[in-house]
Amino acid sequence: MKYFDEYRDPKLAQQLSREIHKITTKHWTIMEVCGGQTHAIVKFGIDEFLPNLIELVHGPGCPVCVTSLELIDKAIAIASRSDVIFTSFGDMLRVPGSHSDLFSVKAQGGDVRMVYSPLDALVIARQNPAKQVVFFAVGFETTAPANAMAVYQAKASGLENFSILVSHVLVPPAMEAILSSRTNRVQGFLAAGHVCAIMGYKEYPPIAAKYRIPIVVAGFEPLDILQAIYMCVKQLEQGRYEVENQYTRSVRESGNVLAQNLVGQVFCVVSRKWRGVGEIASSGLALQKTYEDFDAEKKFSLQHIQTQESKVCISGPILQGVKKPYECPAFGKTCTPEHPLGATMVSSEGACAAYYRYRNVEVRSV
Amino acid sequence: MSEDFNPSCPFPIQNYPQVLLAHGGGGKLMQQLIEKMFATAFDPMSKEGLHDSISLNLPGKRIAFTTDSFVVRPLFFPGGDIGTLAVNGTVNDLAMSGARPLYLSLGFILEEGLPMNVLWQVVCSIKKAADTAGVTIVTGDTKVVDKGKGDGIYINTSGIGVIEHSLHIVPSTVKSGDLVIISGDVGRHGMAIIATRESLNFESAIESDCAPLGGLVLQLIKADTEIHCMRDLTRGGLASALNEIACAAHLGIHIEEALVPVREDVAAACAIMGFDPLYVANEGRFVIFVAPQDQAKVLEIMRKHPQGQGACCIGSVQSKSQTNVVMKSKIGANRLLDMISGEQLPRIC
Repeated sequence: MKYFDEYRDPKLAQQLSREIHKITTKHWTIMEVCGGQTHAIVKFGIDEFLPNLIELVHGPGCPVCVTSLELIDKAIAIASRSDVIFTSFGDMLRVPGSHSDLFSVKAQGGDVRMVYSPLDALVIARQNPAKQVVFFAVGFETTAPANAMAVYQAKASGLENFSILVSHVLVPPAMEAILSSRTNRVQGFLAAGHVCAIMGYKEYPPIAAKYRIPIVVAGFEPLDILQAIYMCVKQLEQGRYEVENQYTRSVRESGNVLAQNLVGQVFCVVSRKWRGVGEIASSGLALQKTYEDFDAEKKFSLQHIQTQESKVCISGPILQGVKKPYECPAFGKTCTPEHPLGATMVSSEGACAAYYRYRNVEVRSV
Repeated sequence: MSEDFNPSCPFPIQNYPQVLLAHGGGGKLMQQLIEKMFATAFDPMSKEGLHDSISLNLPGKRIAFTTDSFVVRPLFFPGGDIGTLAVNGTVNDLAMSGARPLYLSLGFILEEGLPMNVLWQVVCSIKKAADTAGVTIVTGDTKVVDKGKGDGIYINTSGIGVIEHSLHIVPSTVKSGDLVIISGDVGRHGMAIIATRESLNFESAIESDCAPLGGLVLQLIKADTEIHCMRDLTRGGLASALNEIACAAHLGIHIEEALVPVREDVAAACAIMGFDPLYVANEGRFVIFVAPQDQAKVLEIMRKHPQGQGACCIGSVQSKSQTNVVMKSKIGANRLLDMISGEQLPRIC
C-alpha cells in the first residue's frame, strides 16, 4: 500500500540498522515521546535492529494513559446521568477509574457512545435536543483543532445541549518536566510527528539548548523511526544538540497555522495533572472564558471526586521512562489488558499493553 | 435453485406492513406468517406439513452438528446481509469438520415494528444462500419482542452435516512441520460492516467476503489430501484462529506478515481506524493445516475454486514447547501475535 509499504521495506531497515551500528560507540538513552511510536516500535520489533548500546524508553505521549484519574471519575459521573449522552473516542471507554470504567456505565444503562470525531458528537446533540451531549475531549495538540472546531461550531449555531469535558495536554512542557527531573535518564528525544504537524517545531530549539539534548521530529513507520534514531545518535556521538526534522513529508517548521489560530481562539493554556506524573505547569488546555458555557465541568456540578489509584501499578515511572513494564510486579499477572490496573495497560499505545501484546514470551513468563 | 425462486412475497405485506407482537403470539397472524412467508420460501416445511419437529434420513454414521446466532448491525451491508451470514456462518462451521452440510434450522427473534418487506428481503437472501450452499431449511421458530428490545432481526441457525470420510480434522492432529494455508485476503467482512455502520465513505465500497466454504472443503477431502485441521476466520480474525489452534494443539505457529494477503483498500481503512487487519472479522475465509507434501496439491485445488482463488501459504507449525503464535513483521523482526482481549477500539490519534 502506497505511503506504507515503502516505509516498511526490510532491506532499507537492515541498511539503516547497519548505519546505526556503525556510528554508535557509547550507551545512549533515547525517548520516543508519542504512544503511536511506542506501538510501532514494539509491533514491528524495531528495537531488534538497534545495537545493545542504544536503549529506547517510552514517553508519556499516550493521551489515554495520562488523563488524570480525577477526570476519568468525572467522566464516569457525568455519563451515569440519565439526562446525558456521553460520547468518546473508543479507547477511553476501557480506562479504569477509581471504581469503574465507561464500558461498565454503558452496561448499567448509561447512554455512552463511541464516536470517531467530536463533530459526530455535535450531530448527536442536534438530533437529541432533550439530552445533554458531552464529548470527552482528550488528547494532545493533535486532537485539539477538531475539538476546538466542535465547540466553535456549537457556539456559532447556538447549540445549548453540547459540552466537552476537557483533558487536553501539551507535549513540550511534559518533555521539560522529564528533563528537569532528578531521575531523568533521557539523552535524546524523538518528538511526536503528528503533534508537530499541527504545532510545528519552533518550541523545541530553546529546550534543546537549555538541556543540551538533541530532538528529532519523527514519523511513525518503521523506517521513519529508524532514520530518526540514526539522526539522534549521530548528534549524540558528535556532541550536537539541535532540532532536526525527519518527518518532512508531514511536518513544516511553522506547523498548521490555521489550526493553531482556532485552538488559540477556543482554548487557553492552564496547568494540568498528568496521571502517574503529577501536576505540570502550563501543560494543558482549558476552554477560554468566552466558551465556558460549553465546559462540562462547569455545566454539571460534580461532587468532590475521591480518587483511588492501584497501589501496585507503576505506570507513573513507566510514563516518565524510568521503569519498563516488565519491572512491575503486577505486569501480566494481576494486570492484563482484560483487567488493567493502570491506564498504560489499556490503550494500544500504552507501553504496558504494547509489551504485553507484542513482546516475546520470555518477557511474559518472567 | 435460486433462479426459480419467485421473489414476490406471498404474504400480504400491504395488510401488515410491519411486524406486530401478534406475529409471534401463536395465533392466526403467526400461522399466516409461517405459512405464507417462511413455508413458501423453504419448501420442506410445507411438504412435510407444519409439525413440531421434522424427521430426517441421514446417510452414513458420523454427523456434524453446530449452532450459531447472528446479531449483526447493520442488517444489510456490501456483499451480504444478516440472512446470508446466518446460512454461511453455520454452513462454514460444519464444513470445518469436513462435513457435507445438509440441513439448517432457522430461528427468528424479530423486533416489533420491523418493516415486513425487510423481513421478506432477508428471507429471500436466506433462501438464495441456502440454495448456493446446497443446504435445506427444514425447521424454524419465530418470536417477536417489544419495540426497542431488539435490533430488528436476530437469527439463530443450527446445522447438521454428514461426515463421509475417515479423516479426523481437529487441532490435536496438527503436527510440527505442517504448513498453514489461508484461502484468501483477510479483513474484508469486518471493515465492510464498520464502514457501513459508521457511514465512512471510502472511494470504493469494501464488500464482505461472506461465502459458503463447504464445496471447496469437500473437493480438498475428495482429492485425498492430508488435512489435519481447518478453522474459519470469523470474529477475532486470523490472529485469534491461529492462537486457538496453537493452544489446542500445544504447538507453536510461525507466520510471516508479508505473506498474509490484505487488500489495499482494507489495509487503508484499517490504517485510518487504527485496526490490525489480522484481528478483523471474515465470513468466507479459512486456514488449513496440511502435511507439507500436500501443499502444492491443496493450493492447486483451492486456486481453481471461487472461494480459494487467493490461497497461499503463510507459515508453518513449529515443534516449540511454547504454544503461541509468532509473526515475522514486515521489516523482519519476530513478535508475538497475541489473542485480542476484547474488541479492537479505534485509536485517538
